[in-house]
Amino acid sequence: MEKTATNNIKALIIIPCYNEEGNIARVIDQLQGLSFQDVTFTILPVNDCSKDKTLSEIKKYSANFINLPINLGIGGAVQSGFKYAKKNNYDIAIQFDGDGQHPAESICDLITPIINNSAQVVIGSRFLNKEGFQSSSMRRFGINYFKYLIRSLLGITITDSTSGFRAINKQVIDLVCNYYPDTYPEPEALVLYQLNKMKIEEIPVIMKERESGTSSIGTFSSIYYMIKVTLGILFIYIRLKANGKRNTV
Amino acid sequence: MENVIPYKIQILSIIGSLLFMFFIFRLIVKGKLREEYSIIWIICTLFLLVFAFWRNGLDIIAKLLGVYYAPALIFLGAIFAIILFLVHLSVVNSKLQKQIKDLAQEHAILRSELENKNKG
Repeated sequence: MEKTATNNIKALIIIPCYNEEGNIARVIDQLQGLSFQDVTFTILPVNDCSKDKTLSEIKKYSANFINLPINLGIGGAVQSGFKYAKKNNYDIAIQFDGDGQHPAESICDLITPIINNSAQVVIGSRFLNKEGFQSSSMRRFGINYFKYLIRSLLGITITDSTSGFRAINKQVIDLVCNYYPDTYPEPEALVLYQLNKMKIEEIPVIMKERESGTSSIGTFSSIYYMIKVTLGILFIYIRLKANGKRNTV
Repeated sequence: MENVIPYKIQILSIIGSLLFMFFIFRLIVKGKLREEYSIIWIICTLFLLVFAFWRNGLDIIAKLLGVYYAPALIFLGAIFAIILFLVHLSVVNSKLQKQIKDLAQEHAILRSELENKNKG
């Protein structure tokens, strides 16, 4: 029984990229050497209508890729990866940023709880062991605020709710194909997972600072980010709670 | 002399309403305006026409509702209608955005499958 459970697991590594021509080659290169137990990894960069040469860089290094005809934002880009995973019957979908901040070698740790069935969602957290790049103090303040917001709503503690380094299993893939938030989706998705009774686990990872290009969240928009995410979290919470009640009555 | 100005504005507003109605009908006939959105505009023009002919109507309704300054009722009604319609447009817009997103994703996934098939 134990053997069949780990046999031939298909994992899809979704790399959303927007203007990442300077990073994407290195990111794909790091992921290509990856091997873990009987897991077959497929690398799937998703070009979110980049304005630079990201697409030709992707074409050079990866046979599989998705090229979005219009810019959908990070949420829409990642979701197209999830839809691809569902269509091609993948067991695990891994979200991996195209900017080179995420450590490729930690993917094995990330999917272990899913293979062992101890969690359905696994998040790589840079704050669990407080090692590596810890982000700016402004960003950390925001992440702490989300930690308290999510704790008071859901009763779980997520130290790195904005982390885009995640793995989800088949059940969760079905869930996010139906609905996934568009902009700044990471904290909001946690509410979606928890209220659908998916088990969330965090593992410590060491993240690097991005080497080229700019982040999707600038300093000016950080206040907008906090307001948008707070509203997103509250609305999805209210919506799912209301739907849940309607279904049980 | 006193009666000339109200008649002038009445004729003007009747002509204006009819022109507006004609404009809406033309848009529908040409297929530039979907029927479900045209209903609200036809109702609007009917309202305009009714009050253009029924000169005392506004005063009577204002008195009924206890509004001292009758023209204020026009602004109240118009602004309320405009806000409602704007919300309606935002809802339509959100729906369109979701449909476009789904289409773009489906399109991109199919294209990647097609390209892989052609390669293999």
